[in-house]
This record gives sequence, C-alpha cells and structure tokens, in this order.
Amino acid sequence: MSLSQAETVAVVPEETGGSLGREAWRRLRRNPVAIAGAILVVLFVALALLAPWLAPYPPDKPVGQVTPTSIPGPSAEHWFGLDDLGRDEFTRVLWGARWSLIIGVVSLLLGMAGGFLLGLLAGAFGGWVDSVVMRLVDMVLSVPGLLFAIGIAAMLGSGLDAVMIAIAVVNVPIFARLLRGQMLAQRRSDYVLAATSVGVRRRRIVFGHILPNSLTPVIVQGTLTLATAIVDAAGLAFLGLSSNDPSIPEWGRMLADTQRYLSSAPLLAVFPGLAIVIAALGFTLLGESLREALDPKYRR
Amino acid sequence: MSHRADEGGAGVSAPEALLSVQNLQKHFPVTKGLLKRQVGAVRAVDGVSFDVRKGETLGLVGESGCGKSTTGRLVTRLMEPTGGKIFFEGHDITHMSQSKIRPLRRDIQMIFQDPYSSLNPRHTVGAIVGAPFRIQGVQTEQGTKKAVQELLELVGLNPEHYNRYPHEFSGGQRQRIGIARTLALKPKMIIADEPVSALDVSIQAQVVNLLEDLQNELGLTYVIVAHDLSVIRHISDRVAVMYLGKIVELADRKGLYESPMHPYTNALMSAVPIPDPARRKDRERIRLQGDVPSPLNPPPACRFHTRCWKAQAICKTEEPPLAELAPGHQVACHFPENADKVTAPAAAKIAQNVEDALHPKKPVA
Repeated sequence: MSLSQAETVAVVPEETGGSLGREAWRRLRRNPVAIAGAILVVLFVALALLAPWLAPYPPDKPVGQVTPTSIPGPSAEHWFGLDDLGRDEFTRVLWGARWSLIIGVVSLLLGMAGGFLLGLLAGAFGGWVDSVVMRLVDMVLSVPGLLFAIGIAAMLGSGLDAVMIAIAVVNVPIFARLLRGQMLAQRRSDYVLAATSVGVRRRRIVFGHILPNSLTPVIVQGTLTLATAIVDAAGLAFLGLSSNDPSIPEWGRMLADTQRYLSSAPLLAVFPGLAIVIAALGFTLLGESLREALDPKYRR
Repeated sequence: MSHRADEGGAGVSAPEALLSVQNLQKHFPVTKGLLKRQVGAVRAVDGVSFDVRKGETLGLVGESGCGKSTTGRLVTRLMEPTGGKIFFEGHDITHMSQSKIRPLRRDIQMIFQDPYSSLNPRHTVGAIVGAPFRIQGVQTEQGTKKAVQELLELVGLNPEHYNRYPHEFSGGQRQRIGIARTLALKPKMIIADEPVSALDVSIQAQVVNLLEDLQNELGLTYVIVAHDLSVIRHISDRVAVMYLGKIVELADRKGLYESPMHPYTNALMSAVPIPDPARRKDRERIRLQGDVPSPLNPPPACRFHTRCWKAQAICKTEEPPLAELAPGHQVACHFPENADKVTAPAAAKIAQNVEDALHPKKPVA
C-alpha cells in the first residue's frame, strides 16, 4: 500500500475541494478576453438599467432646432449631437440599450425555454419522440434564421412582442438540438451505466446525472445567442418590423431613420451602429471565453 | 440445463456455479431508411455459454469487437439479451424487468474501462462512492460518510479526500474510486470491463494487485474482460477466448497458456511479446492473414476458417462444437493444436466427446 499512499500524497494540496464550477471561474478570471467581454457586458447592462437616470434629456421630445440640411453634430451639451427630429442622440442611444436588453433577454429566455423542453424530451426519451422532435427541428433549421424571423414577425404584425417571439422561435431549434445532442452523448457514458448498475431509477438518472452534465454548452450558447438576438432585433427594426411607435428609441430603427441623412450627418448612423457592435461583441467575447473555461477539453 | 428455471431456481446443478450463461446472444439490428426497416443484425454475441464458480476469476479475452464487453454488459443486464439464458445463483435473470432486478444489482457490480468517464464529474468522491448506499437504502452502522471513508481506505485512497472531485485525481486513483463504488454494496460478483487497459503500465500492476487482494479479503468472484493476455494470465483462474461472438476455447489458465489448442488462441499467444531476445527465436510468430470478418455477416460454420491455416472443407460446412478435449479444457475446433500432448486414453475420450457433440444421441427420457 506504500505506493498508493505515495500516490495520494502527490495530489497538490493547494487545489483542495474545487468543484468544476469553481475551477471554471478560476480560469475565467485569468482570461483577458473574458475580462474584456465582462466589462463590455457590465457596461451595457448598467447603462441599460440606469438609462432613465443617466440620460440628460427626455428620449422622445425635441430638445433643439434642426432642419433637414443642418443637423448639429456632437457638442458639449449634446455629446452625440441631435437626430433628425431634434432629439438628443446620446439619450436615445442610452435608452436604446434598454430596449435592446429587454428584447434580447426576453427572446432568449423564451427561445431557451422552448428549446430546453424539446431537447429534454428528445434526449430523455429517445426513440420515436426523438425522431419527431428532431425532424421538426430540422425543418425549422433548414430556413435561414433571419429570414424565418422576418416571416414570423411579418405574420404576427409589427410590434415589440412580435419581434421577441420571432427571435425566440428561431432560437428554439438551436437549443433543442444542442441539449439533445449533449444528453445523448452523456446517456452513453460510463458513469450513467454505473448509476444504472447500482439501480438508480430512470428519472433520477435523467435529472440527476445526464441533465446537469449537459447544461454547460447550453449556458454558453445562451450567452452567444444574446449577442445574435440583439443584432437580429436591430435587423428586424431596421426593416421596419419592430414597433410602430417612433418615440421608442430602438437601435435598428435609429439606423433606418437616419439613412436619408447619411451624407449630411453620418455620425447619426455611427453611434447606434457602434452601440450594436459593442453590445454584441461583449456577449460574444464572454460566451467564447465561458466556453473555453467550461469545456472539458481544456480541463484535465 | 433448463430444468433450473422450472424448479424455481432451487436446484443448481453445480453448487459452486455463481453465474451460469447458456447460449447467450445479442444481436444489434441494423436498420435502413425512414421506416427503420431491419436489413440485418450485428451478431455481437452469438451463442456463448460458460459457468463462473464462486470465488474464481474468469478471464474473457479476444480482439476488439469480438463481443467480450457486450457479454459483460449482458451479464450485468445493462443490455437486453436477444437470446439464451443467464442464471445468477440459480435465478433466471435473463429478461428480468429493471424494477425486479434492482435488488439483485447489489450482488453483481461492474468496473468500467475508462476511469475518466465512469465517474460523474459533478459529484464528489463521497457522493459517488456513497451513492449505492443511498440508492439501495442500505443502513450503515456509523453513517454513510464513515462507510465511504472505510471503502476509500480499503482501495488505498486517502479517506480525507471525501470531498474532492474526480478531476483532482490521477487515472489510477480514479479507477480506485470506481472500485470503491463497486465494493460499496458488498457484491458477490464483479464484472470488470477492461479494468486496467486505460491506465499506465506501472499503475496497471497496482490495480490488478488491488483486485486480487480484494478478492482474497472479501471472497469476490470476478469476470474480467480484457484484451491484454498478460493481465489475464496474471489474474485469471480460467480463461475464455472469444472470436466473433463465440467462445473458441475455455480452459484453466495453465492449460490455456501452456498448451493452447485452438489455432486462434495459438495465434494470440504468439503475439505476446517476449522480453528475452534469446528466447524469442524459439518461437514462431503466427501472423493471421486478413482482417476479422464483419460480425454483420460472419463466416458460416467455424468462424475462424477464413483466417485459419489449418482450415479444411469441413470447417466451412460444419461448426465445431465446444467440446472438452482435456479435463476442464473446452475447444471448438476440428483440428486442434497440441492434441499430441494429450495422453492416449484422453485422446480416445476426446474423439468420443467430439463425436457426441457433433451427433448427439437422442435424449434419454
């Protein structure tokens, strides 16, 4: 037994009691990309939440004089200048963050919930349930995402809830397929067989062993999907499929509205565009580094 | 043999046979197209029979894909057999439902090949080793934690590591955790599926020795599935050699390693490396021609005839039965090797045995 004792002593004492989550957190903190992504995300979320208090002007009322030929650019009073209707652009970008966050989070949660349910069904039961669910998923996935979203949004009539539902529906099959694949892979793994061989019941195997070990990529995908949801929402708004209410400052809509003034006031397109890019970039960087931190391939 | 089932499992013919497998089959259907039309079957295990006596170690060897792992999983009922019978302590467990078999799971446990995938990465060692107690509702004298720590000590791990996670251990230590888990319910029999093949050679010896120590200490019965002939030689009392879903030779260790009879066994033996270069010349390496045929469409009669250098016409038409050619030495071959080492009276008996097996007499009422 002396050899085995030597072997047990060899375990580095510093790394005591680290669950997988804690290990991942440690890796995440050391990753500069993750830090950058986290800063962008925190900034975006904070601005979105605090927009009503941070914004210097009301978002839906003109605060200065503009004519189509002279739209004032950035100044000390109006950091991003005024838009075509004389409203403060900085205020509107701030409020736009709020709307983007709401649309992104709601559609993500809806899509994730639907995908989770379908994936769980397919992954837990297999067999014909799996076949039916996966054929449905294949059908939806065969249509390009944004095109499908445009179709749904157009069908539901324009409005913010239509946009959210459309983006959610597009994301349902992505989550369903991801979770189902993970669960199938886990189902064949030895620790599940080991649990079966000591007599663990089916339900407990699914919820206690297979599901917890299948969630990591779903969480990563969720972070990444938030980025695409924000971009998709902006895209739908740009195409005029969002709310009809012009007072709602939506980044995509702001881009669309300033098209006519691109030559006279190009900055009006730059600011919301930049905001979209930064928000999407933040979630993408965070998602990618989360994947790196959680992926078993980087472990061991 | 089937009378056991009729008698309600009371009368076991050989009192020491803990496990008895008769003509076990597992065919995996191959389906095609949208309607899942069955176009064939992979005959992973195709008529395997053996007994495992209490306290012994039976080794199952063979190339990858010969059905040895499937046999292990059938015996533990992690898979549903296609045909044949499995008796454990005289009970027919072949098609027992999962709820009925749950209490029996205590007695038959399994050690897995890959210590990295056989432990749930999200559970602590304490939870993993303690799970069998909770699942089976076993009351332990001083609580589950104490029991788990005793098990960890038994397999040579530090009991203080109760709260650690699998990824904090080395491969050998993980395999010990897996062994501790299988021991938790004090099983009568342990099926070990390639228990050391995923480990470094230096660690292999430790784990093999641990298994032997535990057998002596706890009176365990093992079925060890492996492809490594030296490991099997070290640990087994009897060895079964499998080829394409069938047992081709079954003998005690000494008989099998010293005078292998089946040509396939001979070929396997000749592939074992000899560390001494001087002795290496004495032996001729038998190189088998071709690949293992697909179990989807195995050769008729003797499955080895496509690669056998002794094969003749009869091998393609008549399947050689698994006959006892020497005491405790069963071979399924028309032209066994090393038959000259068998003494004259035994040879006559062999001829009779082969004859009986090929043309069985009418059963006596």
